[in-house]
Amino acid sequence: MKKNAKKLAGLQKRKAIAGYLFISPFIIGFLAFMVKPFFQSLYMSFCDVQLGSAVFEPIWQGLVNYKYSFTVDPEYTRLLVEEISRMVVYSLAIMVFSFFVALILNQEFKGRALVRAVFFLPVILSSGVILGLESDNQLMATLAQQIETTTSNVSITDALEQVLTTAGVGTRAFEKVFEIIDNIYDVAIASGIQIIIFLSGLQTISSSMYEAAEIEGCTKWESLWKITFPMISSLFLVNWIYTVIDFCMRSDNGVIEKIQKVMIDQMNYGLASAMSWVYFVVVLAFVGITAGIISRGVYYYE
Amino acid sequence: MSKAKVKTFENFWERNKASGGYLLKKRILSYALSFVRFILLFGMCFMILQPILNKISVSFMTEQDLYNPIVISIPEHFTTDNYKLAAELMNYKKGIVNSFVISLTIAIVQIFVCTLVGYGFARFDFPLKKFWFVCVILVILIPPQTISSSLHLHFKFFDILGLIKLIKGDTINLRGSILPYYLLSAGCMGLKNGLYIYMIRQFFRNIPADMEEAAYVDGCGTLKTFVQIMLPEAKPIITSCFLFAFVWQWTDGFYARMFMSGTTLVSTSLSRIVDSLGAYIQRITGVKTTISIAYSNCILATGTLMIILPLIILYLFAQRQFVESISSTGIKM
Repeated sequence: MKKNAKKLAGLQKRKAIAGYLFISPFIIGFLAFMVKPFFQSLYMSFCDVQLGSAVFEPIWQGLVNYKYSFTVDPEYTRLLVEEISRMVVYSLAIMVFSFFVALILNQEFKGRALVRAVFFLPVILSSGVILGLESDNQLMATLAQQIETTTSNVSITDALEQVLTTAGVGTRAFEKVFEIIDNIYDVAIASGIQIIIFLSGLQTISSSMYEAAEIEGCTKWESLWKITFPMISSLFLVNWIYTVIDFCMRSDNGVIEKIQKVMIDQMNYGLASAMSWVYFVVVLAFVGITAGIISRGVYYYE
Repeated sequence: MSKAKVKTFENFWERNKASGGYLLKKRILSYALSFVRFILLFGMCFMILQPILNKISVSFMTEQDLYNPIVISIPEHFTTDNYKLAAELMNYKKGIVNSFVISLTIAIVQIFVCTLVGYGFARFDFPLKKFWFVCVILVILIPPQTISSSLHLHFKFFDILGLIKLIKGDTINLRGSILPYYLLSAGCMGLKNGLYIYMIRQFFRNIPADMEEAAYVDGCGTLKTFVQIMLPEAKPIITSCFLFAFVWQWTDGFYARMFMSGTTLVSTSLSRIVDSLGAYIQRITGVKTTISIAYSNCILATGTLMIILPLIILYLFAQRQFVESISSTGIKM
């Protein structure tokens, strides 16, 4: 008995060692390339970094960089506020859009594989440098404008917007909605991964639940809210976090561009660190608070 | 068999009558639904594909077609000169070989390491496991821009515990070479590596533990079990992570600009293509001219097409791995 227990402990120990061996690349990488730069960049954000040809030395100067980025720099505060508010609106739109598309793609119809392939294409098309180039493509914009002017009388959104504004409902919320509808392409192109995640969740719901509900006299609309929604509610949390993070790290993000400009063009490492730390903390706080709120509504089946 | 089918078809109206109009209503509703669905999906697919189609048509136009208001999608003067020019500006042949080699090797290194780590997190119990997993989450959450400035310096004055300084008398400057990025990848700190670890871990957790235990009972070692039993099981997720790593590395501009500024890559040369066009025209004509927006965008569209073309070919072949494997694994997070 005693021998057995000892053997078990030995096995556990062996397993623990094996586990550590397996994750050792991550630990080494984390310690070498994450922890040090992480704290160094925090330290640098309080410093004036002097760059020489062979050495660099940070000189402690307190909160100067932070003050500079908030009060002196003409762009930073504006960009920060703009990007955060844009992020809120777009993330919501992406969530709604991807949930909707996933619901449609989960149904049985002809050519489903093709449609799925098309919807997933944006994951390739919106990655890396291509996205940034897309947004300031003048030619496409003029082409779009041309099409818009020639078809201005038949634009449904314009007509609807006019009807609604003359009817007196043209509040700011509606303006945002119309802005999203006008930029639906941006939303669609950013929601590839989210659609896949929702789809994977929808496929795990067993069809017997729907059948039981239908026999009990539940309409499709009710079963959407009573079955589908609670069953994949945990994926809302995942998707929300992914969307927000993805939006913040996109290369065409105004704040990111600004930080890159300060760091690479102006070689002002201290200021760049301070700016990215402010941005990071704001985003992290935002993610933390919203994720906390959402996770209260999450229903776990087990 | 067919007789029975015909019979039921003939009886449709009778059956409808018997059900009190419910059958007809249901039939009409389902047709209406699939019609609406078709329109919606067609519209959205068109919306996603339209920019690509647009780029294709623009890339075959001569400059005069761009200004011709009559020409919208089919070029009047068909030309492939744009492709030749874009290829020259981007140094396409060299860039594509470099990009291919680097993306492939980086993806292999990243996925190899991430698979190991993901398996370690999924299948072993060890002290501080929760803590390390929080670190993985942290890696996903921290934008690389936050630490980029100090990573910059880290590699500019690269040193391992002061050893190199002791031997060579000075730190080495690794900026401009590709080595730092391989080091980062080997340490799971590359582009979106936290995400890969997470996905792979989720997948391994869903595999029943019985197979592994059977292997252990039969005297199979930890490493052998992992390689011979678990890896074949995890093929779908590894393939899709690999494809993601390849594609994201291919189009990545951030790490490329930071570590590989000396290497010609398609992603970085694409982002510079408009400037190169200006320089090129200046070199030919000898005068500093401003290029028209339309023409530079035409070249940009051509360049973009040339970059995504290999990816689209890859996507067409591996579409199943991209889409189906992820959705069928049921990533529960």
